Parts: sequence; structure tokens; C-alpha cells
Amino acid sequence: MSQQLLESIEADYLKKDNAPEFEIGDTVDVHTKILEGDKERIQVFSGVVIARNGSGTREMFTVRRIVAGEGVERKFPLHSPRIDKVVVKRSSVVRRAKLYFLRDRIGKAVRLKERRR
Amino acid sequence: MVKGILGQKVGMTQVFTEEGKAVPVTVVQAGPCSVLQIKTQDRDGYQAVQLGFKDKRRPSGSVRSAGSQARKSERGHVAAINSKRSAARKARGIDLLPKPECEPKRFIRELRGETEGYEVGQEIGVSSLADVKKVDVVATSRGRGFSGVMKRHNFSGQRATHGVKKCHRHAGGTGMSASPSRLFKGVRMAGQYGNTRTTVRNLEIVGIDEEKQVLLVRGAIPGPNGGYVVVSETNMKK
Repeated sequence: MSQQLLESIEADYLKKDNAPEFEIGDTVDVHTKILEGDKERIQVFSGVVIARNGSGTREMFTVRRIVAGEGVERKFPLHSPRIDKVVVKRSSVVRRAKLYFLRDRIGKAVRLKERRR
Repeated sequence: MVKGILGQKVGMTQVFTEEGKAVPVTVVQAGPCSVLQIKTQDRDGYQAVQLGFKDKRRPSGSVRSAGSQARKSERGHVAAINSKRSAARKARGIDLLPKPECEPKRFIRELRGETEGYEVGQEIGVSSLADVKKVDVVATSRGRGFSGVMKRHNFSGQRATHGVKKCHRHAGGTGMSASPSRLFKGVRMAGQYGNTRTTVRNLEIVGIDEEKQVLLVRGAIPGPNGGYVVVSETNMKK
């Protein structure tokens, strides 16, 4: 009973219908709202989704990209109000839920095979 | 008027504020509580409100679960029971205490302080904490049994190698030699850890859900999920 109560509390803070939809291996643009002084602007981080962790309000996803030859990973809370939207640019064929093997790859080997929808 | 409520810890989770900050919260199922008794300066020597949370089962005849069933004293505490003593007191013209006329309660605690605004039998819900910003939470911490000094007092223990023999989690020295040839009082050693009354003060109330009778308190509170807690307005000065 207590677990159900906990979930019903979390439900109030979830993005129910407009939760971002994407899959592991997708190349996405993550639009985040950033407060600069009192102005709000949107920053875009694009890369490959390599993992999703957690459940409920604590669900996070990891996006990896290569910046100037250096791998950069950013973890976002899926249900954060600061995440404006997630745009899927390209999907790829992947066979596992966590693409951590991409961390060991350099250059051309990072590419994933595209999946046609 | 003291502000507080009894409840049960449900568990921890994370919620977002309007600015998008993630806040760690403990969910407390708080209330509804009944006011069982009001302690007065004249009669009891101090002022307090006695609250009861969650109904306790009445005797079913089963001996095995007798411990979780309300005894006659508990039943008589919440409702008038005819007894020789009450008859005798009535005959002498002593006013009997007002009774809340509710079910016997499982978790009963007193909140000390000004009692005006409370009356026996009144139901108290989470909305009573609506204008409170910070609270103190009292609960029984998780019992860890007889624990060593590393767990109990955060000692460092000893080295894993370099000749340490079977003493890796020991305390080391506890005192001096022939003088004073005794142990000072209060030297920290292994012993019972946890299962004590623990208070966490000045926790922020993040949210109140009156429909579900739920309180969201920022941060952690003592005890296991399902443990009983007392949530009251903080006594910290601003």
C-alpha cells in the first residue's frame, strides 16, 4: 500500500502525456531552459542517448557526444520542468539497453547503423 | 497553540520545484489524528495535547495476537466504560474526564505547549500544518544492534596490512597507563546503536496533499519505512 502511495505522489510531478519519447541509440537534440539573470533561453545539447536509469521522478537519461575530439556526456532528469523537449534526429540499430561500449570507441567506430522507421 | 501531527513514514522520493530544482523528500502519511486528552496545568502540572493515530484492533478472542489488541485500559481511555471506580468517583461528585468516543489508537503521543483551540474528540488532518514552513520530526531510529566503533562512532579502524593482526576494525587505545590506571567516563566504544528516539530539526515542508493526507518533508527522517513519526512545528528560532 505504501509503495502505491509513493507512486501516486510521484505521479503529480511526472510529465504524463508530454513525456519525451525516444529510444536508446537515438540521436537527439535536448532543449533545456536556462536562466540567465532573469532572462530564460533555450540551450540545445545534441548527441546519442546511451542509457536510461531509474524510475518515476528519478528517471535520468544520458546523452553522449564528441566535442573537439573529446567525449562529453550529460545526464538529464527526464521529468524535470527544465527539459523543454527532446527532438529525435535519427534512430539507430542497437542490441542493448546501455551503450557504454561507445566510450571505448574513437572516430569512425562510434557510428551506429541507422534504423529506418 | 502547538501545531503538530502524528504519522507514518512512507518512503523517500524526489520532486521538482517550479523552478525545476530537484528536491529530495520524505513522504509522511500524516493523520487523521484524534485528540484523546488535553493535559492542563491545574490537573496534570503541564499543558499538552494528546493525539492518537491509527486504530488499534479490539480483542477478537485470539490469544496469539493479544499484544496488538486494545486492552481494557486503552478502550476506557477513548470511551466511557462503566466501572466501579468511575461509579465511585461520580458518587463523590468528581467530574470525569471528557472522552473522545473514538476507536482505541495504536500510536499515542503528546505535544507540549499551549492547548487553546483543541478539544477532546477533535479530528486533526494535515491541513493543520498548512501555514507551517519548518518542522521537527521525532522518530525511533533504525536499530543496528551491538555495533562496533567504526559503524557506531565513525572511527577509522586500523590498517589492512603492515602487520595489523585481527584488529582491522578495532578502536585502538582507550586510555593511558598506570596513571590514571582507569578508564575515563564517556570513552566511545562498541555497544547498542540505533533504536533510540531521534529528532531531526528544522526540516522544510515541501508539499501538503490534503486529499491523500500526505506531507512532503525535505530531507531524510529517522526510522524505517512504516515507522511512526511525530511531526511538529519547529522550535528553532528564526
